[in-house]
Amino acid sequence: MTRRQVVVVGAGPGGLAAAGAALAAGAEVTLIEASERPGGQYHRMLPEAYEADRPEAVQHGHRSFDSAARRVLGHPRCSWWAGSSVWALERREPGAAAGPPAVHVLRGGPGSPRRRHVLAPDALVLATGAHDRVLPFPGWDLPGVFTAGAAQALVKGERLVIGDRVVVAGTGPFLLPVAASLAEAGSRVVEVLEAAGAGQVARGWLRRPWELAPQAAKTGELLSYARVLGRHRVPCRLGRAVVEARGGDRVEEVVTAGVRADWSVVPGTERVTAVDAVCVGHGFTPRLELAVAAGCALRPVPGGTSAEAFVAVDDDQLTSCPGVYACGEITGIAGAPAARAEGAVAGWAAGGGDRAARPLSALRAQRDQGRSFAARLARAHPIGHAWPGWLRPDTVICRCEETDYAAVCAAATDPAATDARVAKLATRAGLGPCQGRICGPTVAELRRHPGGQPGDRGQPGDPAGTPMPPGVHHRPVAEPIRLGELARPPGPPGGPAPSPFPHPTPKESS
Amino acid sequence: MSPRLVPAASDPVRRRDRPLGITVDGVPLSGVAGQSLAGVMLAAGRTSWRTGRSGAPRGVFCGIGVCFDCLVTVNGERDVRACLRRARDGDAVLTQSRAAAPAAGGEGR
Ligand SMILES: Cc1cc2nc3c(=O)[nH]c(=O)nc-3n(C[C@H](O)[C@H](O)[C@H](O)COP(=O)(O)OP(=O)(O)OC[C@H]3O[C@@H](n4cnc5c(N)ncnc54)[C@H](O)[C@@H]3O)c2cc1C
Ligand code: FES
Repeated sequence: MTRRQVVVVGAGPGGLAAAGAALAAGAEVTLIEASERPGGQYHRMLPEAYEADRPEAVQHGHRSFDSAARRVLGHPRCSWWAGSSVWALERREPGAAAGPPAVHVLRGGPGSPRRRHVLAPDALVLATGAHDRVLPFPGWDLPGVFTAGAAQALVKGERLVIGDRVVVAGTGPFLLPVAASLAEAGSRVVEVLEAAGAGQVARGWLRRPWELAPQAAKTGELLSYARVLGRHRVPCRLGRAVVEARGGDRVEEVVTAGVRADWSVVPGTERVTAVDAVCVGHGFTPRLELAVAAGCALRPVPGGTSAEAFVAVDDDQLTSCPGVYACGEITGIAGAPAARAEGAVAGWAAGGGDRAARPLSALRAQRDQGRSFAARLARAHPIGHAWPGWLRPDTVICRCEETDYAAVCAAATDPAATDARVAKLATRAGLGPCQGRICGPTVAELRRHPGGQPGDRGQPGDPAGTPMPPGVHHRPVAEPIRLGELARPPGPPGGPAPSPFPHPTPKESS
Repeated sequence: MSPRLVPAASDPVRRRDRPLGITVDGVPLSGVAGQSLAGVMLAAGRTSWRTGRSGAPRGVFCGIGVCFDCLVTVNGERDVRACLRRARDGDAVLTQSRAAAPAAGGEGR
């Protein structure tokens, strides 16, 4: 019997659960992950070289994650491709049999040359996760200003704290684990600032509290972070934001201010605080380039801008593309437990599992609870539309090209530049190395309403599921590839034998 | 003060530090095996190592390979994201300037 071949991209909570479920359904699985270790952003593992005796001391749910990861990666039908990136997806020719696109992978880490492989699976599961969204403010490009995720990645993944006097600011519950990790690792967290006001947060979180019961684990986790912050006497302030960072060649102080519900600054509330590092996060942006390359339809975010979108999926996590499934943060921001439930549904379906199998209905229920949690999260922590009031004409918007606010506004009001592509060429915003990953959603929002007036965002009633243009997420090359690597013929699709967990780097046979 | 590693002796994860050395523009820096190049540079007190088009300093921003602010040249290989690359003993790192980047091939395209 030939088994179904399933490729899973991303070994975070979503991708690992997908791989496990596809294996359980009887498939052969290739799990591709850019990092050297599994776990994604949530279960970020310490480097093996640290030989840490007690990694669980800084990682939530480490034991159950570790045993699940070992079970999946050590499975005889699982090929674990660590340190490997999917850099492109190639759709089938028109007229060819329907199925997922070919998967182009660069395999192998530093030291050994990377090799190209092309895989043609029966089903593809995308679980590429998200990265922090950060709104610009004067000085956000100074060294020492980090995304909240960067601070978390460094302290959880390397045990490096970004500074001694740190302000953590932005919006959303993710600020709490970041601040807690920093405080536990010995930084002085001067304050945690949540831009949403107390009323907004309470309305978002406390309304219909019984709906939160299925998320008890997540709620408990958040309470544990709050306890850590209490123990370290870290003040948490609502309705306040970092509106400016100052310094010479690195950040030395921040200006914080009280903000209204629309995030306009309340005059007279500005305060200067000395810091040696700042971390900011205003929610997450899904990493959609592979889904867009595959041709998956996106769904707009109710009340969001045109640049805010997630992959649209059906009840089996199937996208609009034949054989392509999606799970985790790329379908909505709901945290690790929801990503796991979605991954399990996606992997089981991708692996050819029986759609009527009993455990599936429980997983679907968990997935649906995750979705309502995501909706609640979005309601409690929306980005206020008046945030551009923080900007000055010379504030950098596109970090790569150093395009400033004045240039973006000029292009937005120039009738000759109504086309996004023309505007991009005129301002160069989004044309630098990051290809608009950081500034894309911001530029799209500013182009629509340079001053950030009300009515700037879509209507809350925008029908979910309406296909939307891939716009800012269109990047044909998802990961950088060198010309020399492109020129070399691809290696065998199967590659060498799977490396047993926990060896981090698969050795390429030449 | 600057970014720093949690001292191994007081780290609850109980790690073992094995030292390694790299050079950055010829200046020796020491780190421990397992750190990223960005981690070694940060812990050694460098918050920036690249310059943007205007000459403005850049270092780590996203920490997960998305923003490309942390690009360096490692052992002759250009446009390596320092936040993703594990340091290896003897790595020779050169800082990059956006202004001086060759037009063709660009940075990490
Ligand atoms: C930096 C950061 C830190 C976070 N820390 C926390 C935290 O401490 N607590 C918390 O509750 N939530 C945290 N989150 C939120 C987190 O995103 C979710 O809770 C959860 O990890 C989502 O799971 P996922 O499987 O969807 O994606 P992820 O966990 O993000 O996993 C996606 C994986 O896909 C890989 N990948 C992406 N593109 C490719 C490609 N082209 N080729 C190969 N591999 C690829 C990535 O390397 C990554 O490992 C963090 C988010 C970020 C961005
Ligand atoms: S810090 Fe963003 S890519 Fe390295």
